[in-house]
Amino acid sequence: MPTEELSVLTSASYAGPGDAGRTGSWRVLRPVIDYQKCAPARADKPLCFLCWLYCPDAVVSKTRRPQISLDYCKGCGICAEECPPKAITMVEESSFAGTE
Amino acid sequence: MFVFESGNVAAAIAVKLARAQVIAAYPITPQTPLTEKLSEYVDSGELDAQYVAVESEHSALAVCIGAASTSARAFTATSANGLLYMAEQVHWAAGARLPMVMCVVNRGVGAPFSVWNDHQDSVSQRDAGWIQVYAKDHQEILDSVIKAYRLAETVCIPVMICYDGYYLSHTFMPFDVPQQRAVDTFLPPYKYRHMLGPAQPTSLNTVTLPGGRPDIHGEFAPGYMEMRHNLHVEMRRAIDIYTRIDGEFAQVIGRGGNPIAERYRCDDAEYVAVALGSMANQITDVVDRLREEGSKVGLLALSLYRPFPSEFLAAELSGRSGVIVFEKAISFGHSGALYADLQAALYQGAARPLMWNYILGLGGRNYQSADFYEAIRACIERGPSAFDNPGWIGLGR
Repeated sequence: MPTEELSVLTSASYAGPGDAGRTGSWRVLRPVIDYQKCAPARADKPLCFLCWLYCPDAVVSKTRRPQISLDYCKGCGICAEECPPKAITMVEESSFAGTE
Repeated sequence: MFVFESGNVAAAIAVKLARAQVIAAYPITPQTPLTEKLSEYVDSGELDAQYVAVESEHSALAVCIGAASTSARAFTATSANGLLYMAEQVHWAAGARLPMVMCVVNRGVGAPFSVWNDHQDSVSQRDAGWIQVYAKDHQEILDSVIKAYRLAETVCIPVMICYDGYYLSHTFMPFDVPQQRAVDTFLPPYKYRHMLGPAQPTSLNTVTLPGGRPDIHGEFAPGYMEMRHNLHVEMRRAIDIYTRIDGEFAQVIGRGGNPIAERYRCDDAEYVAVALGSMANQITDVVDRLREEGSKVGLLALSLYRPFPSEFLAAELSGRSGVIVFEKAISFGHSGALYADLQAALYQGAARPLMWNYILGLGGRNYQSADFYEAIRACIERGPSAFDNPGWIGLGR
């Protein structure tokens, strides 16, 4: 065990992605965005972003084509639930097996 | 400056001299006059601190945990069931490695209901990860509280200063109050290394997994077991650190103490009595009487109970004819907790003394010097067959 560990008092985490590890590995359902339906993607304007706002892990980017970081997305499905035009579909992770 | 005051006021004066910044406490007998005095100091402006009136002991310690996390010097005090009501936070404060000081004004734990003195409350929290120091007079209360802040802030472990309800909390005796300037020299302001603040938002004591894992910087982050190990290692180091701090206190304040234990006529003693807290004062008279009668008896008034000074005690007690442990607490179904700890410490010694354990004073049950005298005489004269361990003093009285 490295000696510097002995100086560690307790656990602490700072604001930033992935402090609890790559939680994306837990995911069973993957959010897939249909940019034909997504409001900012269709309008090419900074609007809506409810997926970005509601994501409890802050893994959705606030861009006109929102991107989801699959390293940390746990697949909770809140973004799909909140998306007004139903542009996000939760897809079984197993269906991506062998395709990536 | 000498004053003539109660033990609770001695503690309050020490908290004021230590410049505590946050005080959160819920009144409980026999601790109440201590917190009342502190609230007077804050109200009058003598002490520049936040006094947080809480609705329970659990909240009192939670406030101190929050305060200490922002590097504020925090203080609380309680007794008996109040300590047990905050027990979850007691363990949390130690696991979070937060320096703070709590006075435990020792009182018997209910049920049945008692407001009177014994040590069951603080001894029951022996394994919580706090440093425990027992004072036996008002000067020790005052000095120990000030030293406790230095110790807590040096090793990042909270410290309990325990003193007997009524016997010390409500009796009056003269004690010296050091100059504020001297205390400031001994106890400078402190900065906690994990300090919470708006400049660096931090989540402290986050969930740990059974194993270690990489943190956000990709470096190995220790897990629960490493942190528990670190707490234990630092606790063991605290024995020597407390002795060193006591030496610095003596240099600055001009009065040393007995950081581990006070030895009374121990040098050539064949039999040594061991006790925590104020009953040691009474036993010194008994030791004198037994000495006059030709029995080589000494007293070890233990002040540091956790971390347990096992090497010191083994060196001090191995090779004696007998060790008699007087206790105001019991680990039900076994023996006094201190007795069991001492047995473990002496087991590795070259020459193990005979050992006896007496339980007394539970729930304030009266005990007199004659009780200690007869108890020690019985051990010397009747040897291992003196009684079934533990012996009980004062039953049916």
